Amino acid sequence: MTKVYHDGAVSGARRAIDAALSVFLALLCIVWLYPVLLILHNSFKAELAISTSTVFALPTAETFVGFDNYVYGITQMNFLSSFGYSLVITVTSVLLILLCCSMCGWYITRVTGAVSRAMYLLCVFSMVVPFQMVMFTLSKTADSLRLNTPFNICIIYLGFGAGLAVFMFTGFMKSVPIAIEEAAMIDGCNPLQIFFKVVFPILKPTMISTAILETMWVWNDYLLPTLVLDIKQYRTIPMAIQYFRGSYGRVEMGPMMACIMITVLPIIIMYLVCQKYIIDGVIAGAVKG
Amino acid sequence: MEKAIRKYWPLFLLPTLAAFAIGFIWPFLWGIYLSFHKFTTISKTTFVGLDNYFKVFADSTFVDAFWFTAAFTVVSTVLINVLAFAIALALTRGLRGTNVFRTVFFLPNLIGGIVLGYIWQILLNGLLTNLGKPLLALDATYGFWGLIILMCWQQIGYMMIIYIAGLQNVPGDLIEAASIDGATSTQTLFKVKLPMVMPSITICTFLTLTNSFKLFDQNLSLTNGEPGKASQMLALNIYDTFYARSGAQWKGIGQAKAVVFFLLVVAIALIQLYFTRRKEVQQ
Amino acid sequence: MKKIVALVIVACLCLALAISASADGAVYYLNFKPEQDTQWQELAALYTEQTGVPVTVVTAASGQYETTLMSEIEKSDPPTLFQVNGPVGLANWKDYCYDLSDSEIYKHLTNDSFALKDGDSVLGVAYVIETYGIIANTALLEKAGYTPEDITNFETLKAVADDIQARKDELGIDGAFTSAGMDGSSDWRFKTHLANMPIYYEYQADGIGSTEAIKGTYLDNYKQIWDLYITDSTCDPTLLASKTSNDALSEFVGGKAVFYQNGTWEWSNISELGEENVTMLPIYIGVEGEENQGLCTGTENYWCVNNTADQEDIDATLDFLNWVITSDEGRKSMSQDMGFVTPFDTFTGEYESTNPLVKIDAQYTAAGKTPVSWNFATIPSEEWKNALGSALTAYAAGTGDWAAVETAFVDGWATEYQLSH
Repeated sequence: MTKVYHDGAVSGARRAIDAALSVFLALLCIVWLYPVLLILHNSFKAELAISTSTVFALPTAETFVGFDNYVYGITQMNFLSSFGYSLVITVTSVLLILLCCSMCGWYITRVTGAVSRAMYLLCVFSMVVPFQMVMFTLSKTADSLRLNTPFNICIIYLGFGAGLAVFMFTGFMKSVPIAIEEAAMIDGCNPLQIFFKVVFPILKPTMISTAILETMWVWNDYLLPTLVLDIKQYRTIPMAIQYFRGSYGRVEMGPMMACIMITVLPIIIMYLVCQKYIIDGVIAGAVKG
Repeated sequence: MEKAIRKYWPLFLLPTLAAFAIGFIWPFLWGIYLSFHKFTTISKTTFVGLDNYFKVFADSTFVDAFWFTAAFTVVSTVLINVLAFAIALALTRGLRGTNVFRTVFFLPNLIGGIVLGYIWQILLNGLLTNLGKPLLALDATYGFWGLIILMCWQQIGYMMIIYIAGLQNVPGDLIEAASIDGATSTQTLFKVKLPMVMPSITICTFLTLTNSFKLFDQNLSLTNGEPGKASQMLALNIYDTFYARSGAQWKGIGQAKAVVFFLLVVAIALIQLYFTRRKEVQQ
Repeated sequence: MKKIVALVIVACLCLALAISASADGAVYYLNFKPEQDTQWQELAALYTEQTGVPVTVVTAASGQYETTLMSEIEKSDPPTLFQVNGPVGLANWKDYCYDLSDSEIYKHLTNDSFALKDGDSVLGVAYVIETYGIIANTALLEKAGYTPEDITNFETLKAVADDIQARKDELGIDGAFTSAGMDGSSDWRFKTHLANMPIYYEYQADGIGSTEAIKGTYLDNYKQIWDLYITDSTCDPTLLASKTSNDALSEFVGGKAVFYQNGTWEWSNISELGEENVTMLPIYIGVEGEENQGLCTGTENYWCVNNTADQEDIDATLDFLNWVITSDEGRKSMSQDMGFVTPFDTFTGEYESTNPLVKIDAQYTAAGKTPVSWNFATIPSEEWKNALGSALTAYAAGTGDWAAVETAFVDGWATEYQLSH
């Protein structure tokens, strides 16, 4: 597979290899999708029909239970509210990060000085720090400031996630000529107007990339909300998935798989719809990060 | 212009800075402070100097976790990059269905670590049962390879995308020139393409390196360190020390472990920086 | 800008709300058993409706109780009510335990042994008593020509099991015992519950209640019963490592096996077999005089009240607990909806458990059999159990020998005891 032929002239051999490669990749795709398909067909099976030795069997007329597992998972485990909390946290956090970090990024590129330099270096530094380093102290801090609801946890996400976003925005801003902004200033705009009327539109591609990277992080994050969120009232999806295990080790496999599907499907649909942006975002993020 | 903007710092800089102070700077400094203390609740801390750090290295679970993590990081980095590069090569040949393939391979990357772990736990346990082998949670070797498979599944798509972007940036006339000069395809690959995508390789290598080294969610949900603590990686070991072990000394040791972990990650990042800089000079 | 202002306002509002909410006493129960989560939530809502005292029940995800408790107890609204699993768990948490000696729940205990004490202070009170043994499918047993009364000691248990195993095809089953799965969902049945038998008999013989170094006097008996479990089984011993609790359950409910070691908590899962077709037998391991042995009865669920909580919250918690064990609603919920047998004297008449497996236990006690107490709470650590579990698995699979089990049992105990004391 590592051999690549670029002989210029399209030969029969190359065509044959291409065909073989296509078949191979198609098979690989099926292998790639199989784990998700496995969960999908098991989520329609009766609880007792799912054991480690029978997970590969497709549902039969006997074991097929339709959407029972989905109904159970949604009603019993309050899965929809978890879904809602995850959504609220992700949307507010990403919006806040985009707004604050783009402003901050613009400021530290346009204003030179010790503060800007320090801020930039700190941001770069914070991208390296693993979460375990701050998990205990961060959860204590968030608790004493009461930043523990889905509606204000975005401040914590802004704090811990600012590094990457500021880094991406400054990286982009450096390549934007200052002339347009200066022209706007001469026209009598104040910095706030300049930023929102002139800079903001220019930043759009970086906004999208950053939004995608941050969304993927916040939506899937497990440890931070587990430690910070007020678990008396709120549970995000990754937290809720854990609740299908009983105290004596039993796992409610059916409902668990149904809920995995509920979690995965919106992601797949969103991915298929905005595939181009997501892939471009990943490339931009990787090249800069 | 600069002066005008500077006046607006409370609007532009302050929100991020304040959140940054709450969410990063203060917890970070406090964490370093606590790593020199013995405490159960933060209201009662006793200074113990470097004692916690000595205990970190005396704790065999941490040392075991380090070697497990190191082995995992090396194997997964090599596998993911080689496979991702190979697929990227295949997908830049203009095959029919390239878009579909790319879409499918990238897909797992969007699924979160916890969910991913559960999916593979179900699949791999089913597979092992049908082969008559012990489950993931009973044999650290299976746990290790299970994690590798999981990471490959999740990360290959991501790295593939970056490699494709890199390969597409290789100028066509360069390859053409090479083939006119009579270079075989293998020669083109190693002499032309590989050097040209070196930046992508550096990026991907360090991305996989840090991702694997800092792995937590997948470890927690796939094996949770079972059996015993034999498949526990560093991040999980630190979490475990903090929250699963009771006793006055463990919190301080946990924080000290976190500092050591942080230093290791910084070391990796510095090596990366060195390599990236060197490349930039060469080009 | 507007957004920031709005956010700041929201943050302040939340702060204000949080402060005002905690002015009066409130209860926060960190529940251990996910199976009873719904019932606790309903009970909490009912209490709040009747008294206006807010009660929050949070159930920790399975296997995450300790980590959740550790993280929650540090917060500014810590759980006011949590649980420990016995003396070993208490050792970790006793600094957080409020002295319950003046509380109503302690006064209502039928037996002082259901309290966890440290000196004179009562730090934990058991709230559920559970029983385990070998659950048997009597319909299948009769089909094979036996009755539960035929089994009175290890010898007869082995004879019956061997005979059934030999005739499994004729009987249409896969084996006498369900698979003794050593997956994490099932291995506690053997590394903890079955291991209780040799520990119990050693304590009995030595007249002690805990020890810093176990001798392993009854390890040969442990081997006997384990050999029986893995030989007269639905599957090859090499496969046991990969069997889960779901596997064992579906074998038993599907009528593919006659014997299934488990406890009263399992009733809701096996109830479809029908009350008349199920009984529970003592776990005989071949100790002299075991004809008089009953089922294994005990508890590893003790309530503790958090002494670091505000006094009004502590009072509210004690009031709530008192209500749970004395009010009609509370007693009905615990005994019938949750299916618990409780150690409180308020649960009489209609509030006795309706769980058939519990009734069987009562019959044994009435017949004068001696219940086997739960001594696994004295096991020095989780590590000990895990090491024993690995050794048992390796022995069953043929990759390890029994000596390794003995080492894990005896030497591991001393090592782990040293580490935790």
